[in-house]
Amino acid sequence: MILAAAGEDAALVFIEIGAVALGLAVLARFAGRLGITAIPFYLLAGLAVGEGGIAPLDVSAEFISLSAEIGVLLLLLVLGLEYTADELRHGLRGGLVPGGVDAAVNFTPGLGAGLLLGWDLTTAVLLGGVCWISSSGVVAKVLSDLDRLGNRETPAVLNVLVIEDLAMAAYLPVVAALVAGRDLADTAATVSIALAAVALVLVVALRWGERLSALLAGGSDEALLLAVFGLTLLVGGLAQEVQVSAAIGAFLVGLALSGPVQARAGALVEPLRDLFAATFFLFFSFQIDPGDLPAVVLPAAALAVVTGAGKLVSGHAAARPLGVGPRGRLRAGTALIARGEFSIVIASLGAGTDHGDELGALAAAYVLLTAVAGPVVAKYADRLPLPGAHAPAPSPAASSDGRGLS
Amino acid sequence: MPEVTEIRLPGVGVRHEYTTADGERVGVVSHRTGRREIVVYDREDPDKTRSVLHLSPDDTRTLAELLGAPHLSEALASVQRLEGLAIDWITVPQGSRFVGSTIGDGQFRSRTGASIVAVVRQNTPLPSPGPDHRFEAGDVAVAVGTQEGLTQLRQLIDT
Repeated sequence: MILAAAGEDAALVFIEIGAVALGLAVLARFAGRLGITAIPFYLLAGLAVGEGGIAPLDVSAEFISLSAEIGVLLLLLVLGLEYTADELRHGLRGGLVPGGVDAAVNFTPGLGAGLLLGWDLTTAVLLGGVCWISSSGVVAKVLSDLDRLGNRETPAVLNVLVIEDLAMAAYLPVVAALVAGRDLADTAATVSIALAAVALVLVVALRWGERLSALLAGGSDEALLLAVFGLTLLVGGLAQEVQVSAAIGAFLVGLALSGPVQARAGALVEPLRDLFAATFFLFFSFQIDPGDLPAVVLPAAALAVVTGAGKLVSGHAAARPLGVGPRGRLRAGTALIARGEFSIVIASLGAGTDHGDELGALAAAYVLLTAVAGPVVAKYADRLPLPGAHAPAPSPAASSDGRGLS
Repeated sequence: MPEVTEIRLPGVGVRHEYTTADGERVGVVSHRTGRREIVVYDREDPDKTRSVLHLSPDDTRTLAELLGAPHLSEALASVQRLEGLAIDWITVPQGSRFVGSTIGDGQFRSRTGASIVAVVRQNTPLPSPGPDHRFEAGDVAVAVGTQEGLTQLRQLIDT
């Protein structure tokens, strides 16, 4: 009945979505061949099919917009699922100082740039967040692709990601409240509710996560997938109702799950996340007016350089306490340069603000630059000159040649 | 036994490292997915690895076995699951004409179709004996083949 009534529209929607999905598949393969993340390509594709692009879509925009919202929730759910409660506790214990350095040297340039561009404080804080958070997806892939999981500096890099993860738990609700807040008192109230909710869930997750997960553990994979998906949307929706962003609700669901359920849910949700997250990236740049881009290229490039150097400082600060040498500290920093999914999630929160359009365009250009350049710089980190080193660097060509096992 | 250190890799798994008697630093990265990586550290830059070997869960089992886990029992277990294959323990008696000759000399496989996969000598298993293995009286040949082939092999060795 429904299909019959909307027959013609449905046909058009299917054709448009099918064509877009196939296009994204081609891009994902191309990115895989180049050995980089597909996110920049999704963003470029979004520009092409958006308003003012070369092949604008109109019929399916509504569907894509809803899928994009679900994509954000799933991205954050999987981020929450990524680390065990134990890893979070350990990260908190040892990572506060490097995490603080990381925030200071990467968040601040973004915030400053926003203010210099004449934006309001809220949008500038969002830009700070865009520059701050490394892409855990890209970083983990870079470390694995470059065979660096065995390296001494790698735990430091991963710990920075854990701390950024936890920092997001506080940052996201605060900015969501800033964006939604009408006046100071209102904002303050929302922020306190949000932070209290986050703190509560964190404590519950770290203390009783196992018992909560045991409730979900029974039953088939199908039942678990539906339960986790349902819980994520439900908690996300409830969080949105009380002005805490839906994304943070999803993130907290991920954090609260632990043990075998966490691993199973992660494996089950990931394909779903890939599907919806691709539409999220597409939709994000879909909304960008290509006319806004030329104006933001220069600031984006400048920010990429400054915060790229910022990540070198983060890597240095994180790897040093582990007794890693200068060469390894530099590798740690370069691995962290890539920004990706979370920068886009943060930028999308600002869609409704006065300078939201410019923020979106700037974030897209910035992510494009860092997500492509980051893995390349990381790959050649051993050939970079060591800052402030007078000892001759070991010849990278001689030592990285593949003699031995592989 | 050298000291093994354990390092957490958040989101990835765990890494164990130790130093070999030769002074090489070796590590095993255990992914949560069951994949393993064996890494050998660089001598010039001890923070990075010189070579990495990627292992699937199956590869890991194979390697562990090659490195000394009981080879024989695994082979027997897998054989016993197969239909149409049988396994037999055949003692080489004092008067057998094969005492003092090698497995190669006996041409057992071409005569009977059954393979000798191990020899047990005085309760010590010798897995995968080569064709140049020389039988002593009292050796127990562990052979795999069809029921028929094994009967032939037993008759051959008994005479």
